[in-house]
Amino acid sequence: MVVVGSGPGGLQLSYALRYFGVPHAVISADPAPGGMFRRWPFFQRLLSWTKPFAPFERGTRFYERYDWNSLIPDDDQHRAIQPRLMDGTSYFPSRAEMEQNIATFARETGIRVRYGCRWTGTARDGEGFRLRTSAGEYRARVVVFAFGLAEPWKPEIPGIEHVPHYADTRAPETYAGKRVFIIGKETSAFELANGFLPWARQIVLASPRPTQLSVVTNSLVGVRARYVQPYEDHILGGGVVIMNASIDEVARTGSGFRVRTTRSDGGGTLVFETEDVIATTGFQPPLGDLPELGVVSSGREKIPSQTPLFESISVPHLYFAGTATRGAPGLKKNGIPSSSGAVHGHRYNARILARHIARTYFGIDPARPTLKRDEVLGYLLSELSRAPELWHQKSYLARSLLWDSARGIIDDGIVPLQLFVDGDGPDGVAVAVEANPKAEIYPAVYVRKNNVVTEHLLPTNPLLDFETAEHRSQLTSVLAPLP
Amino acid sequence: MAATRGELGDKLSNLSLFADLSAAELESVAHIVDERRFAEGERILRQGLSGSGFYVILAGEAIIRVDGKEYGRLGRGDFFGEISALLGDPPVADIVAARELHCAIIPGPALEQFMVGHPQVMFRMLQSEARKLRTATRWRS
Ligand SMILES: Cc1cc2nc3c(=O)[nH]c(=O)nc-3n(C[C@H](O)[C@H](O)[C@H](O)COP(=O)(O)OP(=O)(O)OC[C@H]3O[C@@H](n4cnc5c(N)ncnc54)[C@H](O)[C@@H]3O)c2cc1C
Repeated sequence: MVVVGSGPGGLQLSYALRYFGVPHAVISADPAPGGMFRRWPFFQRLLSWTKPFAPFERGTRFYERYDWNSLIPDDDQHRAIQPRLMDGTSYFPSRAEMEQNIATFARETGIRVRYGCRWTGTARDGEGFRLRTSAGEYRARVVVFAFGLAEPWKPEIPGIEHVPHYADTRAPETYAGKRVFIIGKETSAFELANGFLPWARQIVLASPRPTQLSVVTNSLVGVRARYVQPYEDHILGGGVVIMNASIDEVARTGSGFRVRTTRSDGGGTLVFETEDVIATTGFQPPLGDLPELGVVSSGREKIPSQTPLFESISVPHLYFAGTATRGAPGLKKNGIPSSSGAVHGHRYNARILARHIARTYFGIDPARPTLKRDEVLGYLLSELSRAPELWHQKSYLARSLLWDSARGIIDDGIVPLQLFVDGDGPDGVAVAVEANPKAEIYPAVYVRKNNVVTEHLLPTNPLLDFETAEHRSQLTSVLAPLP
Repeated sequence: MAATRGELGDKLSNLSLFADLSAAELESVAHIVDERRFAEGERILRQGLSGSGFYVILAGEAIIRVDGKEYGRLGRGDFFGEISALLGDPPVADIVAARELHCAIIPGPALEQFMVGHPQVMFRMLQSEARKLRTATRWRS
C-alpha cells in the first residue's frame, strides 16, 4: 500500500500502520517532514495550543487533551514532543516549533518517507491502483492520500487573476503605510489582518457572509479567539473595516487596485481604491486526476466525499488521511463540525484508519481486551471525563463496548460514532462527548440492543466532571438493558 | 474544473424553495448553507437521534423509513428535517440515500435565523407544508 504526503496526516498514519505491522510506502513531494507547517501559518504562530502544564502528567494519554499539536504514539516514550520544544512565551507554538515537533516525531519513531517523490497520475489496476510518480510507478492494492488542503483557491470574480492569494502574501514590512483590501472573512483573512495591524494604514475585509466568531458559535466554527483583535478594532472605529459585501470586480490602477463591491444589506455599491488586495478565499486539496478516476467531492473546497472510515464514497480502496478527512463529516450534531481539519482531530482518525486497513486488507486483527460487567460503568465514566479522542472529536469519535456471545464484553476501542449508530452488530454501547450551541458539554450514550440504537444525553457539569453520583446513577439505568 | 460559489447558487436557483431570491441573495445563501454528498445506503436523518438539520435535495433520491419500513421517496428539490429542526424534537423517521445523494444543509440551530432572514423561502416552505397537510387530511377523510 502507498501513502501520499509527509504532513502530520501522512506521518501519523504511517506510524499507526507500522504499529499494526502493515507494510507500506510513504511518498512526498516535499524534501522533509512537516507538510504545510513548513510554510504556514504565514504569521508564524499556530492557532492550536499546547499547554506545557496541565491537569495530567505530560507523556500520558490523558495529557493529549491539553496538547493539540503532538502526534500520538502508542508508547509513552514518544508522547508529548511539542511541549518539550516550546520556549514559554506563548501556549500557541510557533510555526518553527511545530515543524520541529513533527520532524522530531518522524525521526525518533523512525518513520521512513521517500521525499522528493511527486505523485503525478493515477490509474486503476484490477482491484488496486497504479500511481505514476516523479520517481517511477507504484502499484498498490490500497492508496491513502494525505495530501492536505493547501492548494490556493480563488472564486471567479472579474479581475481576480491580478489578485495575490494568501499563499503569495509578501513580507509584512512591505505593507507599511499601505491600504490593504482582504477578500474573505474567515480565519486566514483574520490571521493576515491581525498580522497587518502594526503595518497597514487601513485594512478592509469583505465577503458576503457575516463574520462568525468561535466564541459566539461556541464551536470551532468562525474566527478563532486568537485572531479577534481586528474585529475589536473595527467595532471601535480604529481603522479596520469589516463589511458584508460581494466583490463584483477588481481592476488594476496605476498605483494599485480598484475594488467594486455590492453590499449584502442592500446598501448599494461601494468602490475602494487601495494599494494591495489579497484573496483569502480558501484552499482545496491537490486532487490531480482523482476526479477523472471517479472520486466525487462536494462543497466549495472540493473535499472528497468519504465514508465514516475515510474511504472515497465512489472509488473503493482509495482512502484519505490528515486534514482531508473532513470529507467524512460524521453526524455533525447541532451543526457542530468535527475537528478533523486540524491535527488534534485527524491524528485520531489516522489510528482508526490504520486499524481498519490492517484488518480489511492484511488480515491483522489487533487484540481487543475484555471487561467484566462490574468494570463497565467506571470505565465509561472515566473515558467520558478524560479520553482525548472523545474531547477532541465531539459527537464524532466514541468509545465502544460490544457484548460478544463467545468472549463477553469486548472493548472495541475508539470508533467513528456514525459507524456505531448506523451499523448493525452485536448489542453494545458507545459513549461520546457532545456539545450544543449553548456551550454546554455533556456525555452522550448510545445503546444498541437487537440492532436498534437509542440515544441518552446525560447532564453537563460545571467542572466537566462526569464521574458524579448523578452520572453514575443515570448511566446505570441507561446500561440496564445490557446483561 | 474548480467549483465556483456560483455553482451552488445556480443549483439552488433551480429549486422552487429558493425561486424568489435575487442573484445577490442566492449568492449569500450559497455561502451560508453546507453541501454534502451521501453514499448509497447512508442514513441522513436518524429516527430518535437529536441534533439533526434541515436538508434540501440537490440531486439524487432518498427513502423515508420508519421502523425499517419504507414510507415514500424524496427527490430533487424536496426537503426534510424541518419538523425536528423547528420543534427541537428528534426525527420520527430515518431518511436514507437510495443512491448517491447531494444535499444543501442548514444546521437545526441555525434554521430560525435563516428563515426569518429569508421570508420568501419561509413562505415557500409553508406552502409546501400546507400541501402536505392537505394530502394528509384527504387521506384521513
Ligand atoms: C493557513 C493555514 C493555517 C493552519 N493552521 C493550523 C494550526 O495552527 N493548527 C492546526 O492543527 N491546523 C492548522 N491548519 C490545518 C492544517 O492544514 C492541518 O492541520 C494539517 O497540517 C494538514 O496536515 P496534512 O498532513 O493533512 O496535510 P499537509 O500538511 O498539507 O501535507 C500535505 C503533504 O502532501 C504532500 N503532497 C501534496 N501533493 C502531493 C503530490 N502530488 N505528490 C506527493 N506529495 C504530495 C505535500 O508535499 C505534503 O507533504 C492550517 C491550515 C492553513 C491552510
